[in-house]
Amino acid sequence: MPVWTLFGLGRGLATTPWPGKQDAAVQPGVLGLPRYQSDRCDEDCRVCAEACLPGAMDVKDGKLLLDYGKCIGCQLCTEVCPNEVLTKSQDWAFGVRERKDLVWAEALASPAARELKNGIRRHFKRSLHIRHVDAGSCNGCESELQALNNPFYNLHRLGIFFTPSPRFADLLLVTGSVTYAMRGPLQETWNAMPEPRWVMATGTCAVSGGVTGGGYACGHGLEGILPVDLYLPGCPPNPSAIIHALLLLLHRAGQRVSGGRYAG
Amino acid sequence: MMPTVERVPGRGMKGTAERTVWPHSIPQACEDLMQAGARLQMAYAWFPRPGQPAEVIYLADRAPHQPFEILRCNLTEQTQELPSMTPRIPLLGWYEREMHELCGIHFRGHPELRPLVLHEGAAPPMPPLDPRYQPTGMMPYTESPWDLPPVEGDDVQFLPFGPVRADVLESAQIVFFYVGEAILHCHPRLFFKHRGMEKRFEGLTPAMGALIAERISGVDSVAHTLAFCQAVEAACGCAVPPRARFLRTILAELERLYNHLYYLGHLCHTTTLKVGEAEGKLLAERSKQINGMLTGSRFLRALIMPGGLRRDLDLAALLGKLRMLEPEILRYMEMLEQTNSHLDRLITTGHLPQQFAFDQGATGPVKRASGIQHDLRCDHPYAAYGQLAMEIPVRTDGDAHARVQVRMEEVRNSLNLLYSAIEAISGGPVRAECNPIPLAEGLGWCEASRGSTYYCVHLNGEGRLARVKVKSPSFSNWRVFPYTVHDTNMMDYAINEASFGLTMAGCDR
Repeated sequence: MPVWTLFGLGRGLATTPWPGKQDAAVQPGVLGLPRYQSDRCDEDCRVCAEACLPGAMDVKDGKLLLDYGKCIGCQLCTEVCPNEVLTKSQDWAFGVRERKDLVWAEALASPAARELKNGIRRHFKRSLHIRHVDAGSCNGCESELQALNNPFYNLHRLGIFFTPSPRFADLLLVTGSVTYAMRGPLQETWNAMPEPRWVMATGTCAVSGGVTGGGYACGHGLEGILPVDLYLPGCPPNPSAIIHALLLLLHRAGQRVSGGRYAG
Repeated sequence: MMPTVERVPGRGMKGTAERTVWPHSIPQACEDLMQAGARLQMAYAWFPRPGQPAEVIYLADRAPHQPFEILRCNLTEQTQELPSMTPRIPLLGWYEREMHELCGIHFRGHPELRPLVLHEGAAPPMPPLDPRYQPTGMMPYTESPWDLPPVEGDDVQFLPFGPVRADVLESAQIVFFYVGEAILHCHPRLFFKHRGMEKRFEGLTPAMGALIAERISGVDSVAHTLAFCQAVEAACGCAVPPRARFLRTILAELERLYNHLYYLGHLCHTTTLKVGEAEGKLLAERSKQINGMLTGSRFLRALIMPGGLRRDLDLAALLGKLRMLEPEILRYMEMLEQTNSHLDRLITTGHLPQQFAFDQGATGPVKRASGIQHDLRCDHPYAAYGQLAMEIPVRTDGDAHARVQVRMEEVRNSLNLLYSAIEAISGGPVRAECNPIPLAEGLGWCEASRGSTYYCVHLNGEGRLARVKVKSPSFSNWRVFPYTVHDTNMMDYAINEASFGLTMAGCDR
């Protein structure tokens, strides 16, 4: 056992300085959701909509309707787009407080400055306890959530913890498109949480159902099931995106997406 | 309107030796296969013509480098049931139950025809995999009492653990009947995460099907997509260019690497070796970061498609990064093997005898830790494995420690395979045309980090997917796992479960 103690000490610090140092490249090379530049879009072209399996894109009256809440980041649209309107990007910090901010808006409203209900800052200052419920994911989101506690991300350093019991939890973090069999246990977990409580839909499946939603065994994520305070699409969102979203919930980070536009 | 699928003479499931049998001769045909040394791998049903009776397909692996054997059996209006093969071949038990629930086929003489995939209280208007069933919403469901085996006794305690479990874990419920520390009976209730994924393939083009395959089991994205694409390529007679085959091999081994490293870290978590846990998970993270830098996806997604790869990869930096990681991995595994407190918890824990592993259908490292030498990469080479030398690590102890040792050997093998593949890879295109052939059928397979993955693909008259059957390794190993839990103790349970390295998403689909 002392061998391991010495080993651990000798290993030094493995944790990323991010997000303390914003410029640290925390996810080198990792692609996010595609970037959309509307001015170059050919109105009669439908190739991206036809290549989009989850239906995140549609063309109506010559206008492209784009909903990042349905995007699974498969990059197919960026490969078929003839005008480089949709391009690969590293825009992954897609956490938003309102679902409509994931939908492309023609006119950009003023940045969402809505205070979370009950004012989370007043209650928790900077700390947060999370109960995770897997409501029917592919295990990709779980894999990234489990990564949060590895030495590289070390979520504890930010005062955020996963808790086994919903009784001690402030935030219900849900992954998956909510299967018929998990809907009951999800509701019970929510009922067991003390108020005030918050809900975060993590991953495209939980936000909208993605490509797994619908069908005979699945719903469309948390839509119409629980009141969602934070949406984070991505398939799966990487650990940094999850951390950014959690900090956004705690008002410790700013929202980067508004009206479907990503501000680096 | 669903297009009709007609069997064309001279066609059939590509990549296999197939035979059509009558329902009543199934037992004899299976017996013959067993006598010839074959092991049944899976069975499934599909509906070649909507509204007509189903066809049941049995897949067997006869011998290395021989084509897989397939038995096809057409049900008729008169014969809608089959003799159950479970009493003779126990590993078929879950496949028959699955066909019973999802395809409405009855199996005469099945010893445990209880709900498996669909929970008690689920009431689809018709069997979900019937192509006429086009659901407009979730099937009706009312939570109902569970069908549990009766376990009685004065001091017997009952613990339903889950489906929401401690930590960040996938949903599953493990029901324990126990006295003090001793577990009398363990009854996993799985399939909380059944998403109906096989149905999602229906009507898609093969290229879109790859996106669904990637999302069956996130941490096995490459294995599933590869098996799916190879099935489509077999069906359509598409030859994948050599560079793409090598790149696919590299992706598959990178996937094995991060999964096995995470596995070692998680196992330390269950034996409370904290620094070992941190180190294993850190190595897994660095492995995932290498994936991200190489492909843009930490799960190696959005690359493999029918015909090859969507785009070429720049391997220039990969070798250096692996060389940097290797000494740390080797040192870590060496230290684990010298830590008595860790080994004490693993040795003799969760013993799985060889005969049991064979009969109940264990696969992957679990099977190889119980003395069964079989690995699809060697025995039925795909991608570029036929051109690369590798060994199959085997242990005979069948305990948690053996399962760890097999995986550690596989980590070393993976690194060597990666080095050889990077050295041997040549230039050239990474994609060939893979035009869907109407009514074609194909089998694809892949040795995932957790074991054998099979995909059977049937195309319809328009060259779209009519039926895709997914056989994931966790489906096989979850069936085996409870047998190693009965008559053990509660303290060892978490260690035993971690030593199997199971996923729920792959099992439940």
